[in-house]
Amino acid sequence: MLENKEYKVIGTRPIRHDGVDKVTGRALYGADFQAAGLLHGRVLRSPHAHARIISIDTSRAEALPGVKGVVTAKDLPDPGDKIADLGEGAVNLKHLCDNILASDKVLYKGHAVAAVAATNPHIAEEACTLIDVEYEVLPPVLEVRQAMEPDAPLLHEHLRTTSLGETADEPSNVASHIQHKLGDPEKGFAEADVIIEREFVTGTVHQGYIEPHNATAHYNQDGQLTIWCSTQGAFTVREQVAEILQYPISKIKVVPMEIGGGFGGKISVYIKPVAALLAKKTGKPVKVLMNRADVFEGTGPTPASFIRVKMGATKEGKITAAEAYLAFEAGAYPGSPVGPGAMCIFAPYSIENVIIDGYDVVVNKPKTAPYRAPGAPNAAFGSETVVDEIAEKLGIDPLEIRLLNGAKEGDRRADGPVHPRIGCIETVEAAKAHPHYTAPNGKKHHGRGVASGYWFNIGLESSVTINVNSDGTINLIEGSTDIGGTRASIAMQAAEVLGISAESVNPSVVDTESVGYTAVTGGSRTTYATGYAAYEAAQDVKRQMIARAAKLWEVEEANVQFADGEFSSINGKEEQISFRDLCARLGETGGPIVGSGTVNPGGAGGAYATHVVDVAVDEETGKVDILRYTAVQDAGKAIHPSYVEGQIQGGAVQGIGWALNEEYIYNAEGEMTNASFLDYRMPTCLDLPMIDAVIVEVPNPGHPYGVRGVGEVPIVPPMAAIANAIYDAIGVRMTELPMSPDRLLKAMGKI
Amino acid sequence: MARRSHVQTTINGETVEFLCEPRQSLLEVLRDELHLTGAKEGCNNGNCGACSVILDGRLVNACLVLGVETEGKSVETIEGLAEPDKLHPIQDAFLENAALQCGICTPGFIMSAKALLDENPNPTEHEVRYWLAGNLCRCTGYDKIVRAVLDAASAE
Repeated sequence: MLENKEYKVIGTRPIRHDGVDKVTGRALYGADFQAAGLLHGRVLRSPHAHARIISIDTSRAEALPGVKGVVTAKDLPDPGDKIADLGEGAVNLKHLCDNILASDKVLYKGHAVAAVAATNPHIAEEACTLIDVEYEVLPPVLEVRQAMEPDAPLLHEHLRTTSLGETADEPSNVASHIQHKLGDPEKGFAEADVIIEREFVTGTVHQGYIEPHNATAHYNQDGQLTIWCSTQGAFTVREQVAEILQYPISKIKVVPMEIGGGFGGKISVYIKPVAALLAKKTGKPVKVLMNRADVFEGTGPTPASFIRVKMGATKEGKITAAEAYLAFEAGAYPGSPVGPGAMCIFAPYSIENVIIDGYDVVVNKPKTAPYRAPGAPNAAFGSETVVDEIAEKLGIDPLEIRLLNGAKEGDRRADGPVHPRIGCIETVEAAKAHPHYTAPNGKKHHGRGVASGYWFNIGLESSVTINVNSDGTINLIEGSTDIGGTRASIAMQAAEVLGISAESVNPSVVDTESVGYTAVTGGSRTTYATGYAAYEAAQDVKRQMIARAAKLWEVEEANVQFADGEFSSINGKEEQISFRDLCARLGETGGPIVGSGTVNPGGAGGAYATHVVDVAVDEETGKVDILRYTAVQDAGKAIHPSYVEGQIQGGAVQGIGWALNEEYIYNAEGEMTNASFLDYRMPTCLDLPMIDAVIVEVPNPGHPYGVRGVGEVPIVPPMAAIANAIYDAIGVRMTELPMSPDRLLKAMGKI
Repeated sequence: MARRSHVQTTINGETVEFLCEPRQSLLEVLRDELHLTGAKEGCNNGNCGACSVILDGRLVNACLVLGVETEGKSVETIEGLAEPDKLHPIQDAFLENAALQCGICTPGFIMSAKALLDENPNPTEHEVRYWLAGNLCRCTGYDKIVRAVLDAASAE
């Protein structure tokens, strides 16, 4: 039904509403915030990966002229044993607080220990060097398998493994073990003619947003705390700061400034509570900025992992069983995305017999944070490489085996949910039909690879308010920070309902006191859920406008219809008025109209992607070049196709970086040795070709326009697609990320 | 606090005077002293290009130039690019091509593209990619940025 629908605004490509501000330098990001009397904060960070804090002496720093205040963990309220629920699962409050300012132990190099507010940032930085911290250095644990060893040094003396509902007696670095089981895996493997089992290792990688974290806080004398910051979710900042400072949410206002990228990394708070503590201590507004090394060393990367995948298939290519072992590094505190990894790993396939074990393991690295489809890329690197190998063993085309086994509506995912209408097979078909897939690619050391990926997407709460203007335009008030054009994609959904142009909507992203609760810009939910709320708010406006037209014409509301931007009377009277003209008559018909919509939709609808990549491997240097890249994705319905393409292209390129270059490189002491953009090598435009983004539209029944989230899934297939292309080029299976020149040379036996 | 120096320079065609410490970079001066916050700090060591400005006709990272070095020189920043009633063609091309997502790298890319087109009005795709390799964008995958610059070149 949905796919035949003709739209006026949806599917067009208007200029984004915040565009001019962003191309002229006028848009204000967190670090651009200014206030009279502003102080500047800096954070002192641990030089050790694992150490006990014996003492902290701040007296020399406090004595430095220009220093106005110094804070340590002692300035935070005692978190006790409390478990905080921040909407994304239960979190141990002590862990949350200790990650803001370490109390008893530092658990990674870069762990925040103290902070200074001073009259300028240079003085604050100098003051940090005058804080004397005495440490008892402990041996670090830097790798997940090492951390799982029974005799590994322990990060948390009180951490005990929770496994399938039972808690162990002995302390361990393994925080939890989860398992999903479907059918009878043993029987499934017995039915297989081919079984492939491989082990994979992936490195720690960072979201790499260009804007470092920032926060400015101010306490009024009446106790009102205001925080200006860039964040993926102002309400989430409010909740976290309230928990950490044990302060009522009604006393905290969070003002979201423009945000310079997040990809999941700007959901957790780091310096926001620190800025608040410094503001309270000094009575002045305090701005705390991270530098790039702080961002790498002190904020959540996405985990390194060890993965084992075993899959079996009949000689006809039917996958009969799949097994996965996923061990993810959580970083310093529990909470890796091993859960989502386990949900996604085999989701592109309809497999009757599956067993998946996942382990969440603490190590002496920064606490991990979400990064675009968190957990799924690690998992897919393993599963999609094994699928490729099975196809190769059976002499079946790698897209054909995906068609043969592709997940369909009604199939059950191993972790329980049954797929609603999904576009898995449609993405594979579109990849197969794309000219890229049949283009000649026979040169020496050139190869082609494919891979698919899945991300489940989320719904959660969103609120939108619409104020109707007398000139036929509307002001749309929303709470989703706009990281990639969502003002436009949300505004367009309201415009479609009201029969007005995208330009007739003025969207504003506002603070936590000016709009209803809205969850984070994350989980690929913004265009879906906040767009849904905008749709509902616009429907509310439409209902009220119909009532006004009825009043004007003295007819029953049921006798007023609205189509193509015109209200008209049916059943007798011939009356007609445009949306715009009726807007001018709101005063005389009862006063202003404000529409509102709130949602917490459950039908996010999963997203699938299938990527095709051509590579060239330089046999002498081991360098891999991307020659051609095609990324196919089901968007449900692309509201603004340009920004959907942008998500696909950006996600694919982050995946290319993850595949080929990016990783945290540690020395034996647990120090990251490449904490700069020079040495942590993200792709530049010179490293890439154009990325051909192909949008497939299989409407999501859980959204009025069929929207599926599009932001995350494009990062899932690239690593395996590139590994499969490298195999096609040089006949070597790469099982470790990144597939950097040194690893290629090793794999080729050159070094 | 170190003694502050008096500096006179030209920014976006206007004579500007400011006081700054010798250790303050041009980026700090622009942002903190002159409130021209269009140039962004992404790395503060010349790797990301988010602070790209044009100094005496040459593309530089403002974080790698000292404020005091601009004495008697001419600085072009993103704030000076548009006419009062009209965007610069590169700015238009970025909007038309949806060549920005979060937008934090956008001012740097636009200044970098301007420096390119000032020098080479008809670049090839490879020349655009080579020139812009000093500007990092993490959102777009560069596809639409490269197209925008090529479009701006053909529009000029």
